[in-house]
This record gives sequence, structure tokens and C-alpha cells, in this order.
Amino acid sequence: MKIKRVLRETFTSLSANKLRTGLTILGIVIGVAAVIAMLSVGQGAQNSITSSINSIGTNIVYISAGARARFSAGNFNSVRNIRQLTLADAQALMDPFQAPSVKAVAPVIQGGDISASANGQTTTTTVYGVTTSYFSIRNELVSEGAFFNDQQVNTHARVAVIGPDLATTLFGQTTNLTGQTIRINGQTFTIIGVLQSKGGSSAGSSDNQAIVPLTTARDRVVRRAGTTVDGVYIQATSAQAVSEANTQVSNIMRLRHHVAVRKEDFSVMSQQDLLTTATSITGILTAFLGGIAAISLLVGGIGIMNIMLVSVIERTREIGLRKALGARNRDIMIQFLVESSFLSLLGGLIGILLGWLISLIIGQIASASGTTLNPAVSLNAVLLATLFSAAVGLFFGIYPARRAARLEPVEALRYE
Amino acid sequence: MEDTVIRAEGLTKFYRMGEVEVQALRGLSLLVKRGEAVAIMGPSGSGKTTLMNILGCLDRPTSGEYILDGEKVSGLTDDQLAGIRNRKIGFVFQTFNLLQRTSALANVELPLSYANLPNDGRDRAVAALRAVGLESRMKHRPAELSGGEQQRVAIARALVNEPAILMADEPTGNLDSKVGQGIMDLLLSLNRERNTTLLIITHDPRIAAQTQRTIQIRDGLIEENIQ
Repeated sequence: MKIKRVLRETFTSLSANKLRTGLTILGIVIGVAAVIAMLSVGQGAQNSITSSINSIGTNIVYISAGARARFSAGNFNSVRNIRQLTLADAQALMDPFQAPSVKAVAPVIQGGDISASANGQTTTTTVYGVTTSYFSIRNELVSEGAFFNDQQVNTHARVAVIGPDLATTLFGQTTNLTGQTIRINGQTFTIIGVLQSKGGSSAGSSDNQAIVPLTTARDRVVRRAGTTVDGVYIQATSAQAVSEANTQVSNIMRLRHHVAVRKEDFSVMSQQDLLTTATSITGILTAFLGGIAAISLLVGGIGIMNIMLVSVIERTREIGLRKALGARNRDIMIQFLVESSFLSLLGGLIGILLGWLISLIIGQIASASGTTLNPAVSLNAVLLATLFSAAVGLFFGIYPARRAARLEPVEALRYE
Repeated sequence: MEDTVIRAEGLTKFYRMGEVEVQALRGLSLLVKRGEAVAIMGPSGSGKTTLMNILGCLDRPTSGEYILDGEKVSGLTDDQLAGIRNRKIGFVFQTFNLLQRTSALANVELPLSYANLPNDGRDRAVAALRAVGLESRMKHRPAELSGGEQQRVAIARALVNEPAILMADEPTGNLDSKVGQGIMDLLLSLNRERNTTLLIITHDPRIAAQTQRTIQIRDGLIEENIQ
């Protein structure tokens, strides 16, 4: 039997019962749309997390006090008497002999939810107390004004560089702000610069922030005892040197804090670590959601099988007739397989469009509620869904088609 | 050309119905010459439908030999039998058995689609419809045709592969006698003009009387063979 003729017969037999065909296709449409939407939203989430981690800056290692939770046996939360990081620790990491892979070091203290007011407006923001090396390490740029210098750090100058979101909230603009006064935690600061936007709600680089000298922050905004700092940013000499820098830094810190390997009271996290962790989390999430969606595709496939079985019974006489007219078992089998594959493939195509639409809508909703999420419908997801739906049609079509093909012509013709 | 179209010798057919073995045919032998028109009569349960199924290659005999148009049919596989049905036999059923969702023309084309033709054979389907006088109605669906017209479409479908035998199972059973006579006239004229062998199963002695030979079957054997 020729392909053209098979397709024509498929079309006439499926269009003979449009409602049933439509409902059967709907099952596949929903399944494929769910898979596509879930995979693309997952991919979008992954992209946005990756880009926000990348925006922290390249070649960066971050040290903070306290052990990172390790889930290996016997080592879980076993560290006591955690020593805080100090300026001296930061200083020690600049040793060119013990840490040749370290290019720059920036100790920071930070405080969240600190009140900031100016121009009659009040809001809350995150305040970072930093040294001058921070700006180049974090890849910060100003759209207006300048960063503070070492002298201003040493003299506990009351100057601030503010993020564009904070500027907009307080002043309604991001320009002509240098020289203006801002009150942070009740203390008066002079604005000397406005940061360029990094966009998004990126981890640790929100546009709603104020950066002040470390010394001033400790005195007036985020009070810390002695020379304690909350964390130290370290820039490696190159992207390839990150893991070496990581090792060197860890060695120095273990010596200084008198702790053994795997008993560290500090944690060293590179941007790569963060990226790996985040990617694996979103990957698991995407697989999980996609798996749930795939169940609905399976249900759609069972729907096809059900309808094809009904169709075989309804068309028993027709099958008998076709066999009487010379159809071989194979011809009957092909006819029913083409029908079920056509159903699932058509459902798959519509489902891809619908899933794409759903993921766009989810992206819009996410944007409207303040989260940047661009669902990415990848070619892989589309291919996967198409192949999977065609396979579903074939798989669930085989049993009914075999049943049809094996009917005895005499009995099928006699069937009422 | 072979002069004998059907040569059946010692055909038997046994069915198991639960514990009971039914002997539908008990060693029946039959010769039909090319171009003959033969009626097969018999009460229900006599085995005439079983005989028709075996002669039509829809079923296999339990034993016995059957040579159709020079080809030994007993012992062929399902697919080979399908090919024989397609090329050598045209079926006409009591209930027409047309596909309701397609046109008369598409119904007539149906056997061609299983026939491995070099082209799609539409010309042959149109010619077959012309031969039964329905060329003007070939775009109509079965539901738009009268019973007599539907049976004519079915006859065109049976003719389209130019078979050696037309097998008609109660072809007039669902038609009133006037329309039924029209169908009989058509079948007999095709038999005369094309020299196509005609086998008709019927209950109706008036139908049987129009053929050259009537075979009476009873209890799986030929009881009478009236020339």
C-alpha cells in the first residue's frame, strides 16, 4: 500500500470522528505542553541563576567564617568555637609567597535591612563596608562620580557609593546625585558615586545597595567588634588559578586558625562551586518537574491505546472487508499504526506550541512579580517531546494494531 | 488458458465448538469451468457458507485439495491467500460492505490499494463504475445512494482487479425483487460479456434458475448437481 494512500485513509478515518480524535489528541497535547513548559521554565531558571552567579565577578573565591555543611559521615557540624575572620586574616592572604595565585583581597562587612533616607524618602537597603580593592574584584563600575580611595578609608570618611535602585527610590533619578546627602542608619553620608546597574535580582549584587568605607561602616552602620569582618573576597590571578588560589588560601587559614583538614572553622567557596551547586539543584528540579509532566504524557498515550482498541472493535467488519479485498496482515497493522502515530505526532506538535506559550506566560508572570525569568524552549526539549510523543503513539498503537491485523477475515466479516 | 477455474477435491472442514466437533464439509468435490454461472443452494447449516469461504480463500479446508485458476491454494500462507483474493476473486456481499465515510470511487479503488500497481489505477476504478452504470455518481457517498446503487458499487469494486471469479453471497438478499433482478441481470451480463466465472449463493430458486447450473448442498456434501 502506498504511503500517499495510507495517509489519505488515515485522514478520512480520523476526520470521520472529529470529536473523538480531538479529545484523544488533547491528552497528548496536555502531556507534551506540560513537558515543554516544565523543561523550558527549568532551563530559564537555570540560565538566570547562572548569570546572576557569573555577575558576582569572575575568578572569585569567597571566604566566610563557619564550616560549610558537609554531609560526609562524622563530619557534620562538628566544628566548635568558630573564630571570626579578621582584617589580619585578609592581610595574610595577600602573602605573595604562600599565596602566589591570589591577585587581590577585599575584606567586607555587610548589613541588610538598614534604613536609608534622603530627599524626604526612606527605604531599607544593604550596606557593604569595603576597602578600595573591592570595586575591581567585584567588577563594579560607576555611572556617575567615583569610588572612594584608600585615604578616605583610612580617615573613616563619611562617603557612600549607592546602587541605581536605591538612587531611584530615594531621588527618582540616577544622575546629578554626587554631593547630595544620604542618611544611612541615621548617619549622614555624602554621595560620591552611583553604581552602574548589574540588572536582575542577582545574588549579592543587588542594585539596591550602598557601599561605604569599611572603617566608617564599622563605626557607624554595621557594628563589629575589633577588626572582625564578615567575609573576604579574593581574586585569583586567572580563571585557571582559581582552584590553586582556593588551596593556598585554605592552607593559610588553617595555619592561622590552628585547625586540621576537614575540621575547618571557615569555608571557601569559589564562584565555580556555587555554579556547580546551583546547576545541580536546578537540574534536579527540572528533571523532577519534567518527570511529573511526562506522566501526563504517558496518560495521554494510554488514551490513544484505549481509543485505538475501541476503533479496532468498531471497525472489525471493515478489517474483514479489507482482508477479503486483499489486505495482508501487515497492511492492516500499518494502517492502525499510522493512525495512532499521526494522533500522537499531531498532539505533540500542538503541545509544543502550547507549552511554548505557557512558558512565555509563566515568564511574564514571573517578571510581573519582580523575578527575571526567561523560559528557554531549547531545541533539545522540542526534539525530545516530538520523538517521545511519536514513540508513545507507536508503542501504544502496536497492541491495538496487532489485534486488528490478527483478526480472521471470516469472523471479522460476520461480526455485527 | 486453463479451462477449469475451480477444481476442488475431497474438501473437508471440521470445527470444534467446545466439546462437539462440527463437520461442515465432508469430502466435497467440485469442478467449475471458466465462464460458468453457478448457483449454490442449501438450507442453513448445510455448509454452503463454509464452502464459499474456502472457495473464496477466506478460510482453509481441514483437508482436501483446491486449485484455483491453475494455482494450488491449499497450503498457502495468510499473506499469499490475501494476494490470491486480491487478484483472482471479487466478492459481492449481501450487506454491500461499503466504507460509509468515503466516496463510491474510493470504495472501488480499495482493492487497487492492496495490488501493487505501477500507478494509482484511478482509470480502472472509473471504468469499473462505468461498467455498472454508476459513472455519474462516483463522487457520492454510500449513504447518498439507493440499495441497488450501493450493490452496483460493490460489484464495481469486485470487478476492478479483473478477477477470475465473482463470488456473490446472497447479492439480492437485502433488495426488493425488482431491484434484485436488476442486480442479477448485471451479474449475468458481466458473466457473459467478460467470461468471468460467477458463483452465487442464494436461497431464492428464482435466482438460481437464471444460472446454468445449480448445486444443492446438504450436510457438507453435494446433494444435487442440476445442469
